[in-house]
Amino acid sequence: MAHKRREMLIDPLVDNNPITLQVLGICSALAVTSSLQVAFVMSVAVTLVTGFSSMFISMIRNQIPGSIRIIVQMVIIASLVILVDQMLKAYAFEISKTLSVFVGLIITNCIVMGRAEAFAMKNPPVASFIDGVGNGLGYGLILMMVGVIRELFGAGSLFGITILETVNNGGWYVPNGLLLLPPSAFFIIGLIIWAFRTWKPAQVEEREYKIQVAEAH
Amino acid sequence: MEGLLSLAVKAIFVENLALSFFLGMCTFIAVSKKISTAIGLGISVMVVQSITVPANNLILNYLLAPGALAWAGFPDVDLTFLGLISYIGVIAALVQILEMVLDKYFPPLYNALGVFLPLITVNCAILGGSLFMVERSYDLAESVTYGISSGFGWALAITAMAGVREKLKYSDIPDGLQGLGITFITAGLMAMAFMSFSGVKL
Repeated sequence: MAHKRREMLIDPLVDNNPITLQVLGICSALAVTSSLQVAFVMSVAVTLVTGFSSMFISMIRNQIPGSIRIIVQMVIIASLVILVDQMLKAYAFEISKTLSVFVGLIITNCIVMGRAEAFAMKNPPVASFIDGVGNGLGYGLILMMVGVIRELFGAGSLFGITILETVNNGGWYVPNGLLLLPPSAFFIIGLIIWAFRTWKPAQVEEREYKIQVAEAH
Repeated sequence: MEGLLSLAVKAIFVENLALSFFLGMCTFIAVSKKISTAIGLGISVMVVQSITVPANNLILNYLLAPGALAWAGFPDVDLTFLGLISYIGVIAALVQILEMVLDKYFPPLYNALGVFLPLITVNCAILGGSLFMVERSYDLAESVTYGISSGFGWALAITAMAGVREKLKYSDIPDGLQGLGITFITAGLMAMAFMSFSGVKL
């Protein structure tokens, strides 16, 4: 059992990553990654919400009537997100300003709903909690990778600490401003997906049309 | 009036919900394989968005904002912390009502949009629109404009994306980039194109 639980935690990191394979929760993955600190806070918030919402939903899974389960799940998730939002406003006001609407959008983050619906409704609380945390971490992993690339090469720093001295401050590094703008997040995630799938060819999608090579005569 | 027009242009092009705030990305990627479905979903988002943003504006101003309950005899009550749960409740309820009304009075439209309506409840573009309305404190006229035009901007983006993807499926793409990867990179290029609108002001 212990072995299976560890697998449940590790599996969503690469083999079944919510962002690169299940295509869930992309919205915030792109929007909050221009600085590493914000990306880190967001990953922690999503991991907590996914873990606890899966646990609570799993606890009452036998009491929820099937026809209104989405609303019940929504209410549990929304209450948890309100908690996170109020905590951020109280203890990390600057970061909560930068995250603006994206904390609220954890409610509609498909990872949370997806895990609740696909896993927590059928499994006991502890397993659901681990599964939720695992998926949150898989999401966080991608977020941090994108965040490191964008902040290091876009602003020359990590967590706000200067790593590469930029030209404006008298250093040598000319920052790549494009990386701080929205489109770069798309490119970076696209390339990360490419890297993951080259590493794990089983994840490659089928072509809709095969290109036929004419036989040479 | 000019203020509203400029708000509309800004919401459609400059601050496009899909391409510059990445809202509704899950559906944007998942449902953009064919132009016809993309248009159907785009229109549904626009309709729902233009109803929910003003509705949430009314909820905020008459129920939740500090002092908003003065008419009921509670001038000191501040319920803004209930915002998130009320907005998502309003959205879920409105989508359900819209579905029933369309089913009863406009069956052809219901058949065309039917499959997409439930999806819209969990579309971040809808909740995002309402949250932006709160954050930027729009009044009622502005929220109507913002609702319609941000929905239109999203519809425009997903239709354009579907157009590109319909052609893209015939091209020879490296194996690892097939499907999701190339879709992201295409969306990135489109977002760059939309950035060139950022100088436009009315």
